[in-house]
Amino acid sequence: MQQETVRAGTIETTYREAVKQAIRDAIKRDERVFLMGEDVGRYGGCYAVSKGLLAEFGPERIRDTPLSESGFTGAGIGAAMAGMRPIVEVMTVNFSLLALDQIMNSAATLRHMSGNQFGVPLVIRMATGAGRQLAAQHSHSLEGWYAHIPGIKVLAPATLEDARGMLWTALQDPDPVLIFENVMLYNMSGKLAADAGPVDIDKAAVRRPGRDISLITYGGSLWKTLEAATTLAGEGIEAEVIDLRSLRPLDDATIMASVGKTRRAVVIDEGWRSGSLAAEVGMRIVEQAFWSLDGPLGRVCSEEVPIPYPAHLENAAIPQADKIVAAAKAALSKA
Amino acid sequence: MAEFRMPSLGADMEAGTLVQWLVKPGDRVKHGDIIAVVETQKGAIEIESFQTGQIEKFLVDVGTKVPVGTPLAEIRAESEAKPAAAAAAPPPKAPAEKPAPAAPPPVQAPVRPPSPPPVAPPTPVAAGARTSPAARRLAEERGIDLSTITGSGPQGAITYADVERRLGAPAAVPEKKRAPAAAPEKKRAPALNLDAMRTAIAAAMARSKREIPHYYLEHQVDVTPCEQWLAQKNATLPPDARLLIGVLALKAVALAARRFPAFNGFYRDNKFEPSEAVHVGVAIAIRGGGLTAPALHDVDRLTLDELMARMRDLIQRTRAGRIRSSEIADPTITVSSLGERGVEALYGIIYPPQVAIVGFGKVVVRPWVIDGAIGPRSVVTMTLAADHRVSDGHAGALFLAEIGRLLQEPDKL
Repeated sequence: MQQETVRAGTIETTYREAVKQAIRDAIKRDERVFLMGEDVGRYGGCYAVSKGLLAEFGPERIRDTPLSESGFTGAGIGAAMAGMRPIVEVMTVNFSLLALDQIMNSAATLRHMSGNQFGVPLVIRMATGAGRQLAAQHSHSLEGWYAHIPGIKVLAPATLEDARGMLWTALQDPDPVLIFENVMLYNMSGKLAADAGPVDIDKAAVRRPGRDISLITYGGSLWKTLEAATTLAGEGIEAEVIDLRSLRPLDDATIMASVGKTRRAVVIDEGWRSGSLAAEVGMRIVEQAFWSLDGPLGRVCSEEVPIPYPAHLENAAIPQADKIVAAAKAALSKA
Repeated sequence: MAEFRMPSLGADMEAGTLVQWLVKPGDRVKHGDIIAVVETQKGAIEIESFQTGQIEKFLVDVGTKVPVGTPLAEIRAESEAKPAAAAAAPPPKAPAEKPAPAAPPPVQAPVRPPSPPPVAPPTPVAAGARTSPAARRLAEERGIDLSTITGSGPQGAITYADVERRLGAPAAVPEKKRAPAAAPEKKRAPALNLDAMRTAIAAAMARSKREIPHYYLEHQVDVTPCEQWLAQKNATLPPDARLLIGVLALKAVALAARRFPAFNGFYRDNKFEPSEAVHVGVAIAIRGGGLTAPALHDVDRLTLDELMARMRDLIQRTRAGRIRSSEIADPTITVSSLGERGVEALYGIIYPPQVAIVGFGKVVVRPWVIDGAIGPRSVVTMTLAADHRVSDGHAGALFLAEIGRLLQEPDKL
């Protein structure tokens, strides 16, 4: 993405388009794959991800559903158990709470409850995150909650490559995989290899190497963190930025390798601070890399308030680059 | 001013007796220098200083038994100003002059412990000093005394960079580089570091196989007389004084080595230097995978009872990581036994610059011919690995046979 010249085989695209192409590719490659969700057909998707797909693939493969998250998520689970490879789109994580029983009590447990007779090879996509002035009921970041549940995998694609590549790999998984797409990323544009394809879904990635401190994040916060790293570099602090990519399971090895090198870490997570995924990552660092630490761990999370509607308050409530810079300096005792 | 305190040399140690000072007031000491000898239930132990600086004064008289944690001496750090111009007088004279002013403290010392907690081991870090885990680990690895470091972190916390600065080099410098600075005389006997030990074993053994043309001999000996004699002797002894057969073997090797000097000494600079004294290195396995062979000194001159006591002490101290420098440097010949492990013979690698290693296998009962009749006897297989630059197989055979002969008359050992 840092490469500026458009080389042959590279296309200018957006995160939204990358997700769409991933869905198109999956539907074409595997006849068991279909997309199901609210407004995914005629309307083209709440975030326009599936625009045009109904015309291209027809109502058998692109299925509009009633406003009943529990119902159509359950239908997706049943279809997956019966041999299909459904992609269920829940409009946003905010509405996924209505499907939580299906996800947690059915999808995540059926392999266990059936004594390994049934698996649920289902992919559930949903948008997550704040920043669009959608107020307290439509701005949640609950991927950290889902990462608490054994039996499912939780992915957070932050780059065009991952938006394009994670879906197919997730569909190959014999168990449920949840993919969280941050709402602020859909319009992000950049260059992507024209032949971009599936990517691994079990490794964290070093998005920027550095020696002084590890900034560990994922999803929408990745870009704020990279911005913070650039600011820090201007002050002589070389931050290493880790993109977790998979929130469950966590790639401990990559995290510990980085912290082992930098000896300091700040975790950035748009979830609320208490019980956040950042808390989990921080605890693992203490468990596994305590003797490498040279300073206290830090966290940049959302303030513990309902996400406000006014833009300035909303921005103040969630992680921003300046907060990340301050947290990094504090961890380095340079505040 | 730092206090040098009676250290805790094991969880069960409550007090120790100051046996000897190896320094005198005015002497400069470095972290790691052995500065005193302390007698405990486990024997005399040489005690290292955790501080670097100048010995200011002694606080306890030789021969005094004091609780763990009692200050024994004051050490002035280099950075501290000398208390008065008078103290700057030539240090050599100081000891002669000081006894009088130093007299009161010894009386007070035993009374003092209430102020420093008697159970606390001598922590080099001042109470409350904050140290990051990474800094603590680095300091430990490099043998740096944290109390000699000024922290630059929040509220004076010591960080990794502070330890690096103290080392005077970035952390990437290989570990070995610190050796000259921290332990110029190889005197330190720090807590066991199995990785370092493995490195040392690798270097010594590779050098041995590279440089020493080994030859190997094997000899079986009937040790029934030893067993019978031991059974009789041990029946009269309390359990902690009972002898083990290994002690007889050590003594026999030492006596034989005195008679065959070509197996006792060092090969250095292309020539063999036989040793008058017989210091037998005893191979001791350490839990977790270490191996070392510290010396029992003058084994040929010790009684079996003395030898047994020394061996117990040596093994205990070795496994606790407290070997003295002399014990490491002095062995003139090594004895190794895997007897309890159930193999019948072992062929050793000579520990350079020594020239021989004698191995004892386990004792097995075998059919054996005695006076034309076959009977069950306890037999052990002895082996010799020796340096062909110094001796030949013929001499080696006589040496082994002599050990075997000596073991036939345990009462004369």
